[in-house]
Amino acid sequence: MKHLLSINDIDKEFALTILDTAAEMARVSEGPVKKLPTLRGKTVVNLFAEDSTRTRISFEAAAKRLSADVINFTAKGSSISKGESLKDTAQTLQALGADAVIIRHPASGAAHRLAQGKWMNGTVINAGDGTHEHPSQALLDAYTIRKHLRGGKGDLTGLHIAIVGDILHSRVARSNVLLLNKLGASVTLVAPPTLLPHQVEAWPVKVSYNFNAVLPTVDAVIMLRIQQERMSDLYFPSQREYSTLFGIDAERLAMTKQGSILMHPGPMNRGLEISAEAADSPQSVVVEQVANGVSIRMAILYLFIAGSQESVNA
Amino acid sequence: MSAALSSEDISRALTRISHEILERNSGSSTITILGIPTRGAHIATRLAKIIETIEGVPVQVGTLDITLHRDDLRLRAPRPLMETSIPSMGVEGRTVVLVDDVLFSGRTIRSALDAIGEIGRPERVQLAVLVDRGHRELPIKADFVGKNLPTSKSQSVKVQLVEHDGLDEVRIEGESA
Repeated sequence: MKHLLSINDIDKEFALTILDTAAEMARVSEGPVKKLPTLRGKTVVNLFAEDSTRTRISFEAAAKRLSADVINFTAKGSSISKGESLKDTAQTLQALGADAVIIRHPASGAAHRLAQGKWMNGTVINAGDGTHEHPSQALLDAYTIRKHLRGGKGDLTGLHIAIVGDILHSRVARSNVLLLNKLGASVTLVAPPTLLPHQVEAWPVKVSYNFNAVLPTVDAVIMLRIQQERMSDLYFPSQREYSTLFGIDAERLAMTKQGSILMHPGPMNRGLEISAEAADSPQSVVVEQVANGVSIRMAILYLFIAGSQESVNA
Repeated sequence: MSAALSSEDISRALTRISHEILERNSGSSTITILGIPTRGAHIATRLAKIIETIEGVPVQVGTLDITLHRDDLRLRAPRPLMETSIPSMGVEGRTVVLVDDVLFSGRTIRSALDAIGEIGRPERVQLAVLVDRGHRELPIKADFVGKNLPTSKSQSVKVQLVEHDGLDEVRIEGESA
């Protein structure tokens, strides 16, 4: 059984196959009939134990465009809110005959637990587990970067990407660092020391505390959301200070290279890590990231659950 | 074993098919040629070139990947998708000439008909193939055939084209039963 739990589950060649497949899927989304028969008869369960807008509707749209049956299972209004264990939930999904489970969970490692628990046979796709990983977001970010800066072809060798903000709590940053590195881009993390993880020296990245110094050298800036719901301590003196030092506004955006792009996985805290002016500027590709997310998730669903479970490279 | 079709045979067959397409459709103004990757797409490009030489006007030509419409998806490992490029005038109201290298079970063509339906509603669809090897599993018939090659089911037909394989040749491989 093949699962997508971490970017480490896929090699560079397969990552590029996912990006190429997504480019073809994008064509379907632009056509008059946004529907393919590819996953007819397959059941995809969206198991969301944590709030999500973009990722959930994006996976739902992707599964529906491929004609899969979609069952939405959210924490509110299900037995998860009554304290049901992951194991019991998994056994319920097995009884429903789920071919794939898209799981979003506040606990890091929940997707691994579900995949290795042998409670169910379906493919597990990690849609964000705690502060661990969010592989489909990294893939759609790489797709967006490749489309704008590499003409939609090949890998990302030679590009310089800055990931800015709350790295410590960010599963998006973890998956992005792994994937961008795999695809040949160099990554600089920009954050206050309090929002960098322990052992960040061991990551394949550069670290900077000076946003202004990094800006003129980057091809893409990925802003991260300040995750107030995961912050139990005070990580910076005030929101205003954070915004001044690490937020992006029109003035900072003007310091970037011609043709560079501004990204944010959403939801944005306008006025905190990103100013409204920057978010709505022509360099911002935030809305396009959402559209690309559907194509990437169609590619993931196709490559992971259509047909028998041998490798696509076989 | 000698080649079933040599480079010259292939070139003559494609020239004849081009004339037949023009004759059937009274010219090239209403047709859109769509090749099925990989080799069908190369043959489509060649047919378009020949037709352009004959008629002296550009022809609408593109490629159509049918992978997502296959009926054997659940039986095999997923494969990477090939490129689909639909020419500027689309397929709506056009005469689509589908092009593939070998016509065998007919399942690829059925998938292609579904794939076209997703793009638009053509006036009609015609089918051109380089080789028809028989053994149809669906009620599908080619309008333009380069060569009918009687084969047994255990044999395979190997088409090689310069663009993809470095030479032009069609061979039947394996023992006839």
